[in-house]
Amino acid sequence: MLGVIWTVLLAVSVVFGIATGRVGFLSAAVSEGAQAAVTTVLSITGMMMLWCAVMEVMRESGLAEKLARLLSPLLKRLFPSANSDTLSHLSANVSANLLGLGNAATPAGIRAAEGLRNSPSDLTMLTVINTSSLQLIPTTVAAIRASAGATAPFDILPAVWLATLAAQVAGILAVRMFHKGGKPCRNSSSR
Amino acid sequence: MSELIVPLILCGVGAFALVRRCDLYPALVRGAAEGLTTAKKILPPVVVLLSAVYLFRASGAMDVLVRLLSPILTPLGIPPECAPLLLIRPLSGSAALAAGADIIATYGVDSLIGRTAAVMLGSSETTFYVISVYFGSLGIKKTGSAVPAALFSDFIGALAAALTTRLF
Repeated sequence: MLGVIWTVLLAVSVVFGIATGRVGFLSAAVSEGAQAAVTTVLSITGMMMLWCAVMEVMRESGLAEKLARLLSPLLKRLFPSANSDTLSHLSANVSANLLGLGNAATPAGIRAAEGLRNSPSDLTMLTVINTSSLQLIPTTVAAIRASAGATAPFDILPAVWLATLAAQVAGILAVRMFHKGGKPCRNSSSR
Repeated sequence: MSELIVPLILCGVGAFALVRRCDLYPALVRGAAEGLTTAKKILPPVVVLLSAVYLFRASGAMDVLVRLLSPILTPLGIPPECAPLLLIRPLSGSAALAAGADIIATYGVDSLIGRTAAVMLGSSETTFYVISVYFGSLGIKKTGSAVPAALFSDFIGALAAALTTRLF
């Protein structure tokens, strides 16, 4: 998929370069881009490592678990077919996402998905919630902003929270609308 | 006040961990190592993709793409310069990172365009990757309403990102 996009990008660029007479700039642009990638990633590495360290402490110290317990009542309403086991995986998934712990969020989400296997609407809900997951501290973006010399790298936080929340609510409503009338199958709780 | 947020978070997390008698220092180092692994993992795809993005921009094709999408995006309040990020975001995380970093560098980190790109990048996920992970892990081929619902959510998210960036 990405291979196709990459090739199309390059082919279109070559055609455009020839058409607009910018052929002379093309090879310089390729090496500039490769170099800029290294500079960008290197310049955000330190901040990414520091934030990953903070997130790991949040997980290790039980802060993530506390958050998960707070979320549980809300999740019960969003996932009517989930049993208590699945619900705990769901809480772990959402709280890990909130803290930006991608490595912990995905395994928890997959275990939750197994518990929701028999309810297409709940499985879809889990997936859609994960495609717009709210992250309290968007560290990668903040790191990019910091490395680009932003005066206050974190001042985009309220905008990020509100935008994610809007996406999240839109996703939940869309799933509810698509699965209107479809009764959640409760077999999974009797297993 | 906002200058204090970062030191306060660091301080608060450290204090919380100490109160809970968690082994703080090894956890910090372990987390930092994980961050290094992540950075190492994103570097190769970003190198491959950013060179293509730079070529695309240098050829003048990017300007045409922006001009083509501008009549659709401008009325929605989305800066058309963010179009490349918008198009690639659901498909690839590293390509979105490359596109976002490029927009921020080109138009300025504190410009409206640069800030909108940052908010879009921070408020979205790699939709198709997430769908393939969850449905793929169960071996379910039919994703049903997941793709339209997720793309609708992405679209509202992009609109909201453009709007909230203007507000704050």
